[in-house]
Amino acid sequence: MRKKLHIGNVVQINFFSFLYLIGYILGISMAINVYAEHGPKVEIGISEYSEIGGNADMQATTAAFDKNKNSKSTTDHSKLEELEGPFFDGREVTKACLGCHNKAGTQFLKNVHWTWEYKHPITGQLLGKRTLVNNYCTNAKGNEGMCAQCHAGYGMEDDNFDFTNEENIDCLVCHESTGTYYKTPTNKGNKACSIMFEGKNPIEWSKVAQSVQNPGRNNCGKCHFFGGGGDNVKHGDLSSALFNPSKEVDVHMDSEGLDFACVVCHVSNEGHQWSGSRYNMIAKDEVGLGKPGIPRQEATCESCHSSSPHPMTSLQGIKLNGHTDRVACETCHIPKIAKGGVATQVDWDWRTMGKLKDGEGFKLKEYTQGNGDHRATYKSIKGNFVYKENFNPFYAWFDGVMNYTTIDTKFDPANGPIDINGFTGDFNDPKSRIWPFKRMHTTQPYDKGNNTLVYMHLWGEDDQALWGNYSFEDSIKMGMEKNGIPYSGEYGFIETYSYWPINHMVSPKEDALACAECHARGEEGRLNELRGFYMPGRDYFKWLDIIGYLAIFGVFGIIFLHTMMRVLCKKGVIKICKSGDEK
Amino acid sequence: MEKVKHAVVIYARYERFWHWSQAILIFVLAFSGFVIHGTFNLIDFETAVNIHTYSAIALILLWLFTTFWNFTTGNWKQFLPRTQGLLAVIRYYAWDILFGRPHPHTKTMRRKQNALQGLSYLTFMIVIGPALWVSGIIYLTYDLWNVIEGSQDIFQVVTFFHTAAAFMMMAFAFIHIYMTTTGKTPLHYIKTMITGVETIELTAAEKAYFAEQHPKMLRDKE
Ligand code: HEM
Repeated sequence: MRKKLHIGNVVQINFFSFLYLIGYILGISMAINVYAEHGPKVEIGISEYSEIGGNADMQATTAAFDKNKNSKSTTDHSKLEELEGPFFDGREVTKACLGCHNKAGTQFLKNVHWTWEYKHPITGQLLGKRTLVNNYCTNAKGNEGMCAQCHAGYGMEDDNFDFTNEENIDCLVCHESTGTYYKTPTNKGNKACSIMFEGKNPIEWSKVAQSVQNPGRNNCGKCHFFGGGGDNVKHGDLSSALFNPSKEVDVHMDSEGLDFACVVCHVSNEGHQWSGSRYNMIAKDEVGLGKPGIPRQEATCESCHSSSPHPMTSLQGIKLNGHTDRVACETCHIPKIAKGGVATQVDWDWRTMGKLKDGEGFKLKEYTQGNGDHRATYKSIKGNFVYKENFNPFYAWFDGVMNYTTIDTKFDPANGPIDINGFTGDFNDPKSRIWPFKRMHTTQPYDKGNNTLVYMHLWGEDDQALWGNYSFEDSIKMGMEKNGIPYSGEYGFIETYSYWPINHMVSPKEDALACAECHARGEEGRLNELRGFYMPGRDYFKWLDIIGYLAIFGVFGIIFLHTMMRVLCKKGVIKICKSGDEK
Repeated sequence: MEKVKHAVVIYARYERFWHWSQAILIFVLAFSGFVIHGTFNLIDFETAVNIHTYSAIALILLWLFTTFWNFTTGNWKQFLPRTQGLLAVIRYYAWDILFGRPHPHTKTMRRKQNALQGLSYLTFMIVIGPALWVSGIIYLTYDLWNVIEGSQDIFQVVTFFHTAAAFMMMAFAFIHIYMTTTGKTPLHYIKTMITGVETIELTAAEKAYFAEQHPKMLRDKE
């Protein structure tokens, strides 16, 4: 059924069916030309829905861990009268939920999935989707009409959303388990975008309401696997490959093995508060397992595996445990980013945004990823992309604290690329460890006069929205104005980096990094760039080596000469020896 | 005192065992050590660390035991430094050997080694060896002390000395092996170190002592 959403069909209904018809009659249709030139790689239209989870394998099973938990549950929700309905929208279901779960509402109003806001306890920065600018689609702020389809609430269209109204909570998006529930952008956007709402089956509210249980991978994945505007675009270690991963892709979520749900690790401390913040990470968990019998409410590896997880019965185990104080578990146990056939974006160039074919936005799908899907290397609404899969992470010392370049941060463009989320960490800081990151490089617009990042007006039911209008000028002007940010009126492009700590897609232990991946000289070593400490196998004292090798070769030289002399003398080739003999 | 040449076991069984096991361990250590160091890559780093660590532990045990043996048997006196005859030996290897002149040192039970040999073995035992095992043990236990202030500086000093001593050890080993070829025949000394038997001069008293106390150590034919 969901296949109806497939791009091909969507396109057909929308644009091609029409052009094809004319083209068929006239025989010179532009559409056919496009097809002939580029094959199926060019796709007219700018629909994003299929790329942000609308098309994903939502039927994926909920994880075994949940099933076990549910079997212990004292309530079978499918038998509750309260959930029989009839319901006409999600808010009515929420009301039914809150009718029994009378603390869930207050709990959830504090959750970042709801607030989209996070005050960093160390830097004091106000972060979260409500304010931040990243180097993908840049800003959710002001574009809620589109972006809030991943807000765990109903009806967030702009900043006027009522964050105090419990009835706006979307319980279903996290708890339903049929896989038939979906969300659409909260408003229609520019007319060029209207296609995203077509051809969808109505939601059977009582069916989804009765299916509720603990969140499974498909619940979390619906949003988190598609961050940045598409499958695995953002994180590199969170993709649709995790709906049903093999052991090689993720040893914990292995659908034939442990089959963990996300919430097995991202546990709830107080009700509806999850551990595992990317803004403020525990870069080095020194508590480890914690007290016997008391599970720790942290998403760190150590909270289950302890900080000396390797067997102390072998030399190798002892040596590996000696590494855990300076090397994050992830560094060795997640050797590659974007496994399982789904690529991630590593470069985004906004400058080329806005090319059209006959006045119409389009996508160019020139990257074929491991699982055979074609990924857009160009989108009229976004510019050019570079993809990568199964590649080595970027490594750095990291103390867990992310420092953002926010909309208020002034920078000097002459200083080179801007770190969207710079971070601190150093060999000399005992709280830092070596961590793997996905590093994203983007060329994006900024305010040339004020040297700040910009908010763009991407989505809206007006003419200024970038997606439909294709003008940076209008979009930035309106994005800044709408959100009360001063704008010089002149924009330029700046290079930025963002850093995504890699935590998921942990490999089976056989696939963990071999020692020599880091303990190697020069370019070969993965930690070649990290300096300021001596690492056996990589480092050496240059002069000591030169003198040492010379000494060894010197010894060989002397031995060689001495042997020659001895042999030659014995054979009487050299005169002096003979005369010596005679003496 | 009249001296007569006899075939005698000059290297006791333990001494030979010590020598050869030490030789093997040192080559294994050098090989694996220089893999760790990055000099060559014939085995992978992981295997090299494993081999290096186990052989290092074995070598340290061997040395501990040998030190004990050397002192309890009195064999340590063999290594006492002396300069007497040193120049003659140097002159011999640099020059006289080419003319087939006799070695200036005559092996006796009290002085199995010549002055140069004694000096270089002493260097081996009190400089190169200890430099390796002291730095090696500190290196090995890095994870236990790396929390202390300035540990990185200490570590660099340790790796420096360990590597430097390893180079010296290799230089020593190659020269040492070469020197073994300078006997009557190229393999003569090697055979001695395997069988323990060498023809040396014994005083009548020594001869009588062996005949009485250790008849098996006298290996004269007929
Ligand atoms: C006697 C006891 C010895 C001990 C306890 C010892 C211990 C060690 C240790 C712990 C390492 C570091 C390996 C690692 O990263 O885990 C090492 C490295 C090394 N060892 Fe030894 N070792 C010993 C003897 C030797 C000997 C006899 C040689 C050579 C003749 C040698 C040559 C080396 C070299 C070249 C390195 C690499 C140094 C570097 O690049 O940092 N070692 N040793």
